[in-house]
Amino acid sequence: MLTIRQDLVDAIVAHARADHPDEACGVIAGPFGSDRPERFIPMVNSARSPTFYEFDSGDLFRLYRDMDLADEVPVVIYHSHTATEAYPSRTDVSYASEPQAHYVLVSTRETGPDAGPYEFRSYSIVDGQITEEEINIV
Amino acid sequence: MATVSGSDVRDRPPDTGETPAMVIEVRIPTILRTYTDGARSVQGSGATLRELLDDLETRHPGMLDRIVDEAGLRRFVNVYLNDEDVRFLNGIDTELSDGDVVTVLPAVAGG
Repeated sequence: MLTIRQDLVDAIVAHARADHPDEACGVIAGPFGSDRPERFIPMVNSARSPTFYEFDSGDLFRLYRDMDLADEVPVVIYHSHTATEAYPSRTDVSYASEPQAHYVLVSTRETGPDAGPYEFRSYSIVDGQITEEEINIV
Repeated sequence: MATVSGSDVRDRPPDTGETPAMVIEVRIPTILRTYTDGARSVQGSGATLRELLDDLETRHPGMLDRIVDEAGLRRFVNVYLNDEDVRFLNGIDTELSDGDVVTVLPAVAGG
C-alpha cells in the first residue's frame, strides 16, 4: 500500500496537467527505510514526448547524489499517461529499476490540462511483474 | 651536485613495465547490488571504463551484462565519471585515473 499526503497527490496531478500533452515525470523522496514520500521533486522529461519520458542524465545524477547525501530513497516514481489509462506500459515495466519504489501513474486523458476527473494509481514493479496497490491518502 | 643514493634506488619497486595499481570507486545502484552482496560501492581498477568493468566482472560475475551489450554501454544505463555522463566523454573507452569515482545509474524512463 502507498500512504501519501493529499498535497503530494495534488502536486503530482498539477505537474501532469501542466505538462499535458507531454508526459510529466518526477520523484517523491523519503527517508531510507520509511516508505514515506515527503520531498516532491518534479523532473524535466528530457524526451518531451506524449508517449515517452526519461529523466535528463545530468538531472538524474544530481537527484541520486542529493538523495544519498540526505539518506533518502525514491519512495514514489511518478509519470503521466496523456492518452491512455494509468497503467504501466510494456516500456514502463522494462525500464523499472527500483523494486522498492511505488510507481505512480496519472492519466490526464479525460480532461488534459484542465481540472476535472483524473486517474491516479500506484504499482510495484518487480522482476517484470506489475502489482497494483491500494492508495491511502492522509 | 645532485646525487641519488643507492638505497633510494633499491627501495623503489621493481619496474615491471606495468602501470601502478589504481583504485577507482564504483557506486552501484540498488538494482545491481545483488551482484555486490548488497554493497553500495565497490573498488576496481582499469585504465579505461571497459577495463574497469572487465575487472569488476571477475569479482561480481553477471554484472557486466547488465551494463553493456554488443554495441557498448546499454542505452538505458547511465555511467558517470565523477559527475560527467561518459556518453559526453569517450563512452566505454573513457580513460580513468586513480581516485576517480564511477557511478552507475539506470535511466528512469518509460512510455
